[in-house]
Amino acid sequence: MKNLISMRDLSKEEILHLMDVTGKIEEGKIVPDMQRKLAALLFFEPSTRTMFSFDTAMKRMNGDTIIMSGTGQTSVKKGESFADTLQTIAQYSDIIIMRSPVEGAARYASEVVDIPVVNAGDGANQHPTQALLDLYSIVKTQGTLENLSIGLAGDLRFGRTVHSLAQAMALFNVKFKFISPSFLKMPQYIKDDLKSQKIEFEEYENIEDNIDDLDVLYVTRIQKERFADPEDYEKLKGSYILERPMLSNVKENLKVMHPLPRVDEIHTDVDNTEFAYYFPQAKNGVFTRQAIISILLGEV
Amino acid sequence: MSQIKQIKVNAIKNGTVIDHITAGKVRKVLDILELDGTEIVMVGMNLSSKKLNRKDIVKIENKELSRNEVNSIALVAPNATLIIIKDFEVEKKVSLEIPENIENLIVCPNPKCITNSEDIKSKFRLTKDEPVKVRCFYCEKKYLIDEVKIKK
Repeated sequence: MKNLISMRDLSKEEILHLMDVTGKIEEGKIVPDMQRKLAALLFFEPSTRTMFSFDTAMKRMNGDTIIMSGTGQTSVKKGESFADTLQTIAQYSDIIIMRSPVEGAARYASEVVDIPVVNAGDGANQHPTQALLDLYSIVKTQGTLENLSIGLAGDLRFGRTVHSLAQAMALFNVKFKFISPSFLKMPQYIKDDLKSQKIEFEEYENIEDNIDDLDVLYVTRIQKERFADPEDYEKLKGSYILERPMLSNVKENLKVMHPLPRVDEIHTDVDNTEFAYYFPQAKNGVFTRQAIISILLGEV
Repeated sequence: MSQIKQIKVNAIKNGTVIDHITAGKVRKVLDILELDGTEIVMVGMNLSSKKLNRKDIVKIENKELSRNEVNSIALVAPNATLIIIKDFEVEKKVSLEIPENIENLIVCPNPKCITNSEDIKSKFRLTKDEPVKVRCFYCEKKYLIDEVKIKK
């Protein structure tokens, strides 16, 4: 693995190897040393959370980071080409971790520079490190990635997180339930991919009646801005808010996950149940990113 | 039958015939051809065909197609046959095939794709879908051939 751009590039073996390394880093069996290694965090689109997670991952391994956030402070604004910006930053750093609203930006970056590139999100396309930390959270809580029943709820149309996760889990013979309002359904191209891989999925519009047989319920936020009429949002949002009473008949091993930030789609009364897993999930993100950086820099 | 065809679309002495174009696609083929306006071009539409039932055909005097033109035509008319004519005789006959990797021939329809904001060549790959689709190497979106714009 030279870069991490898209889940589409990863084989099942590579994913399992990454899960294994992540587990060993968490348990302290592998202690990667990134002393004198510098990661350039280029965030052309704001994301405090993912940026902090990478920053933490690098610093936990004694490495360091240089950070560019937005385009205001850079020469991109002065008219420099994207390729020139990347090539210059590659002279200073050992690895580039980038987020961009432009789809395919990280793929292009990997063609332009000689150092490894990690895609930390490119528009509505891919967010592979989130998918990998989600997979790690699933394998850690369920003991396997195979034959699970996974519910994806919320905004399945615009959420790149659920797209990457669906593609990644498709390698492991899962059953999906897609739960969303009709106009925020999983895009056809993802469903076509799943069909060609013979992965079963069902689509529903109501969260409450469809979670009792799940192993994992992955909730994402429905953004008010997606609705043309605010009244439609008010009418619909109740169907997609997970509350404690809804969990009375779920499987014991169910874990509720969320990429965060949460707004009101998971009621806080779920937080202190044994099903809530979104905050440990965020912590898993640091271990996963440590593993990704270590593998790409040849340290493990 | 061949005599009737002869009347409908005249034979050429030297040049290129693009035969077996899917009926209705000839306009797209003409759009792709880099013509300077001086060539003699004959177009047949909705001719009867054993292979396709109905087909379109283009004959161009004194022109050989570039590799780009051939690959682009394969995208819009994947059943087409390319025939090179020398002295009224068929010199070469090739069935067109869509290339697996399609470089710099298609404009990505996704406005957020990097190929539409940076000066870089588009790259698409043929997928195994039926009907055939192409996937952008950069933004990873998949499109039917009819949904994409062919570059000139």
